[in-house]
Amino acid sequence: MARLHEHQGKRLLQNAGITVPRGDIARTPEEARAIAETLGGPVMVKIQAWITGRAAVGGIERATTPDAAAQAAQAMLGMTLEGFTVDTVLVEEQLDIAREFYAGVIVDDREKAPLVMFSSVGGTGIEEIAQAHPDKIAHTHVDVAFGFQDYQARNLIRRAGISGKLQRDLAAVLVNLYAVARTGEARAAEINPLVLTTEGQLYAADCRITVDDYAVFRHPELGIEIAREYNRPPTALEKIAYAVEAGDYRGTFYFIQMAEDFKKGEGYIGFHGAGGGGSMMSMDALLRQGYKVATFVDTSGNPPASKVYRAARIVMAVGPIDGYFGSGSGVASQEQFYSARGLFKAFLEAQLDIPVVIRLGGNSEDRAVEILEALNGRVPARVEGYKKDDSPDFCAQRLGTLIREGAPTETPLTRERSQPQAPYSFATPTGVVTLDHAVCAACETKACIQACARQILALNEEGLPVLNVTRAEAQRGRCVECLGCEVDCLLYGAGGGHVDLPIEGLSWPY
Amino acid sequence: MAILIDETKRVLIQGMTGREGLARTKLMVGYGTHVVAGVTPGRGGESVEAIPVFDTVEEAWEHTGPIDISVLFIPAPLVKSAALEAIDAGVKLLVIVPDRVPIHDVLTIAQRAQTMGARFIGPNTLGVLSPDRAVLGMMGGRAASARSWFFQGPVGISSRSGGITSSMAYYLAREGIGATTLVHVGGDAVVGMPHPDVMLEFERDAETKAVVMFGEIGTSQEERVADLIEAGAFTKPLVAYIGGKAAKQGTRFSHAGAIVEGGRGAHEGKVARLREVGATVVESFMELPAATKDVLARIG
Repeated sequence: MARLHEHQGKRLLQNAGITVPRGDIARTPEEARAIAETLGGPVMVKIQAWITGRAAVGGIERATTPDAAAQAAQAMLGMTLEGFTVDTVLVEEQLDIAREFYAGVIVDDREKAPLVMFSSVGGTGIEEIAQAHPDKIAHTHVDVAFGFQDYQARNLIRRAGISGKLQRDLAAVLVNLYAVARTGEARAAEINPLVLTTEGQLYAADCRITVDDYAVFRHPELGIEIAREYNRPPTALEKIAYAVEAGDYRGTFYFIQMAEDFKKGEGYIGFHGAGGGGSMMSMDALLRQGYKVATFVDTSGNPPASKVYRAARIVMAVGPIDGYFGSGSGVASQEQFYSARGLFKAFLEAQLDIPVVIRLGGNSEDRAVEILEALNGRVPARVEGYKKDDSPDFCAQRLGTLIREGAPTETPLTRERSQPQAPYSFATPTGVVTLDHAVCAACETKACIQACARQILALNEEGLPVLNVTRAEAQRGRCVECLGCEVDCLLYGAGGGHVDLPIEGLSWPY
Repeated sequence: MAILIDETKRVLIQGMTGREGLARTKLMVGYGTHVVAGVTPGRGGESVEAIPVFDTVEEAWEHTGPIDISVLFIPAPLVKSAALEAIDAGVKLLVIVPDRVPIHDVLTIAQRAQTMGARFIGPNTLGVLSPDRAVLGMMGGRAASARSWFFQGPVGISSRSGGITSSMAYYLAREGIGATTLVHVGGDAVVGMPHPDVMLEFERDAETKAVVMFGEIGTSQEERVADLIEAGAFTKPLVAYIGGKAAKQGTRFSHAGAIVEGGRGAHEGKVARLREVGATVVESFMELPAATKDVLARIG
């Protein structure tokens, strides 16, 4: 779920008719001072970060003067908390709190329905409230076709022991909160605390709203940069990875950076899975060997080889990993040699020098392993490929053995790609294919013709490989970026083919 | 016997003329599924694999007779409308294959399904397969692969991961253990038929002697299976593996459902709860076949 910051959530609540404290966001101490001056009176300065217990780490301060607000902002901006660098604070009027409540709407997977919850005590998390004061909580499921009606809200609040005008006012907040959750397609929308001031006004003093990742496309107004759950802002590498996925809907590419600033020898592994369940299972196998994962990656759902290539390049950019481990469910229905080609190209270009173990079980696994293991002798790394009858634990053990044995193979001569003498180029959906016809002329096998997944290459009258579709058709998707004209060309042909697949923003080595 | 799907069920494919629809119609027909019609709005009158395509589900029903099951290969944003159409036409079981269906759309589908007495599997499901009988969805990829990987036997398989559904069945088959039905419940947070619903189906199936389950962190599905065992509603031996031990709270690992929120759905809790009620929970995925063999030997 894409999380909203407090100030973003409050804007949604306000638009739905729920009162929030007056205030604004500041990115500099001067802005904080100006906001405090405008508000007049004491203010609260609050870091905008997705962590719990902000007050305990100095992330929420009361300031009685604009100068004090500026000072508080000065202290908070630039704070680093759980990998999160604070760049925004919310400055808002301080409330005279008489009482605190909790109000929340979550999606309940059990009942397949929204669950509205209310507690007559607030402030702490709903789990803690439920433990300490189970009698103070009331909840009800909502029939989405019928909606959440005012009388249902009033009865809910009545069950939490509140009557009269307060009951009526709280009901209005609850009905509006349900509307925010449903129209904003939230997985969870919580107001905590929901504050009653000494003047009798209800305020959403704090809120947590997470929007369903899969619905983000329908809500451009929310300005969500990456529709993914994180406890922290995305890293630079995650932004690069997300751009790759967002721009290419063929198959899945899911990337999470699990570690930063680690050193060689600390046991961090670049983990690259395939399929959600198989990836988790394989990651667990790696952890049982005592390793830590630097990345969690899933390329599955029949992704093009180009996507697997980019994923591998991004994994290698995470830092000085001690090994590279790939493993999925083990019995994939997708053709595995496409993934093997993507990995081959990435490792070859990087001249990877750490052990690699990849489990490529499933359709066409023999061909996949043959391609992958052809890296031995071409890169300093030792590379092993495994099939569906090899377990994740066995493969993780193999990686451990290779790491302990250390010493990569003698570094082969890195062949810098020479400038093509007679380039024949065409654009693909996300890159450019260049065939060096000077090399092709001497090629006996013309392996590219057979390797091409969509058979869009044919020999011209001079016996050289060229497109048999238009360039526009190739770029629109007839070329599926299977990488046959580069990898199979290198392995089984003369090596005159190259596919340039840029990754925006990626610098390597790290 | 098998659950949910066999060769007698009359099946509709919504989105039959699309890229996935075309490929998977071939798989289903090739494997023995009784596909009676397809639906793609605006493509009525065409045919795929000699199966007629209609503009609406209602029209397909009128022309070809009652439809038991509809399989949806529809782009995620359009799933809600297609699912409601099938439910309102009278279809009682839907298999919603696509990934990335918005969760509030799923809630709307669930509400309508409940009102109309219909059920759905998925979203984000590879489907359901009863070995050598029939398949719904895309399990196996190709009919030839499905035939070589899966065979009939006494074990029911239920999984929250698609790839794992196939691999569990394959690794069991390698040890000589066949299956009644393979069910991928779907990888999302809210699915139509979660593990507990599937367990109840297997409970009623006389040929299913034991069940193998792949659980994951997130949601309450595995805890609810434990509740069913405790209540005596599910009585067959259960062998389980729970993935995602390493997952950090609040971080999702590919499947939208695989996220631990507020301590709910954590790995330890699921394992402890299942063991408490007598289920066999293995620590490593590859221990599943041996553990299943033991369980089957014990019940004779």
